[in-house]
Amino acid sequence: MNTDKVIHVNQLTKMFGDFAAVNGISFEVYKGEIFGFLGANGAGKTTAMKMLIGISNPTSGQANVAGFDVFTHAEDIKKNIGYMSQKFALYDDLTVMENITFFGGIYGLGRTKIKEKAALLIEELGLEDVASKLVGALPLGWKQKLSFSVALLHDPKIVFLDEPTGGVDPITRRQFWEMIYKAANHGTTVFVTTHYMDEAEYCDRVSIMVNGKIEALDTPKKLKEQFKVDNMNDVFLKLARD
Amino acid sequence: MGITVSNISKSYKNVKALKNITFNVKSGELFGLIGPDGAGKTTLFRILTTLLIANEGTATIAGFNVVSDYKKIRNSVSYMPGKFSLYQDLTIEENLTFFATIFGTTIKENYELIKDIYVQIEPFKDRRAGQLSGGMKQKLSLCCALIHKPKVLFLDEPTTGVDPVSRKEFWDMLKRLQQKDITILVSTPYMDEAALCDRIALIQDGKILQIDTPKAIVKHYPNQIYNVRANNMYQLINVLKAYKFNHSVYPFGEFVHYTDSRTDFNIEDLKQYLLSKNLSQITIKKTEPTIEDTFMELAK
Repeated sequence: MNTDKVIHVNQLTKMFGDFAAVNGISFEVYKGEIFGFLGANGAGKTTAMKMLIGISNPTSGQANVAGFDVFTHAEDIKKNIGYMSQKFALYDDLTVMENITFFGGIYGLGRTKIKEKAALLIEELGLEDVASKLVGALPLGWKQKLSFSVALLHDPKIVFLDEPTGGVDPITRRQFWEMIYKAANHGTTVFVTTHYMDEAEYCDRVSIMVNGKIEALDTPKKLKEQFKVDNMNDVFLKLARD
Repeated sequence: MGITVSNISKSYKNVKALKNITFNVKSGELFGLIGPDGAGKTTLFRILTTLLIANEGTATIAGFNVVSDYKKIRNSVSYMPGKFSLYQDLTIEENLTFFATIFGTTIKENYELIKDIYVQIEPFKDRRAGQLSGGMKQKLSLCCALIHKPKVLFLDEPTTGVDPVSRKEFWDMLKRLQQKDITILVSTPYMDEAALCDRIALIQDGKILQIDTPKAIVKHYPNQIYNVRANNMYQLINVLKAYKFNHSVYPFGEFVHYTDSRTDFNIEDLKQYLLSKNLSQITIKKTEPTIEDTFMELAK
């Protein structure tokens, strides 16, 4: 495992009035690591992630993401990370090619670079026949793979995936995880938030948030040993129910 | 008196959403339709709840035909769609009263049936439905679906987007409802929920791949699966896929599920092969198939 830290979080807190949505969390994520960020609905995952990707200001604490401070350099963070969510990923009424060009532009890539990247991406995903079709017409699994590739267009140091694989068939889902392993193997850090525990099993390490705090952080294997259960779902139930 | 489905097909323009679907659900059974998005689950639900007419085939619910007896069916079944469909600007109590009233009953009359679930949301009964958390919306939907004491309950992906704690609670509730003589047809994309049903149908691309009890489905898996692990997951997958004797290679959490095409497969051979490809910390162990393994083998 690489020991370069690409995310460094210390006592990070977000208050909404008197309510601590994120309550002093601390953790580190390494280069090329697949890090699972888990928690029940309302545990504070989304709030924490918004701070890490530079779109929400923390109330207190420190966080450094991709080499930049979240308080002072939020704009630089955005340029150095990729983001993909199941809820919002691509524009359905743009074609595959238009989506790639659009996001390439947003991420600040030049025209030549976009062309180059687009050709490579379309070939790798085998999308030659549908490059000029609207994204809305693609099956969900293809959309997800495309949207992951688009999030990696600008070679970000870290890619954030917000519940990436819900609903797709088991084979497509594994093809998606193979893409994740590939990206991680090339040194991209993959930060996955999910409440699907079978996704957690694929991560190198996972953290579990309960009521704004990180209550557990380790490899899935060690967490299962620690809680004496045989899957992450049971680890989660033990933590979240107490 | 449960559900019978015979040779149902349905197309939308050039898309065949359902292809010749046949199965029966016994009275009082908890039956699961397991399949990914786009498999045809919702189309089938809409046909069985009389909201859509099939191109071919017939179906009956509690003895009534879905086309000719649709009014009787609507009075005796409940349908909880995947998308939250209650009135967002009515409160919990108003929604429940509304659904009781249109079915000609009262909350009081059938309170026993919803009590276990309703007490959990009752403290918030004056809150508007739109302001509730996902887990609470789901509980309210179930209460509204039960308030007229249906014979058959249709639940389309009730646990999608719900966290593991709420999912567990929801399945516990379904088990209790089953004790009260309600036939339940539930769909889910989560293979791990399949084990909680009496019988399941695996469905993909509008076709049923297999129907049986969860245990029998797993038992019919044809190959021995090995859990393989090494120091680098990405390389491990590539190397296994390049191995000429592989039958299937699927990442599966912290392991790869590997099956071999030879009858005289030997763990040591595979280990030597992996070592020769510069992998280390190798473990190879036999493991039991899951519903997901079966699904992938059938869909291959």
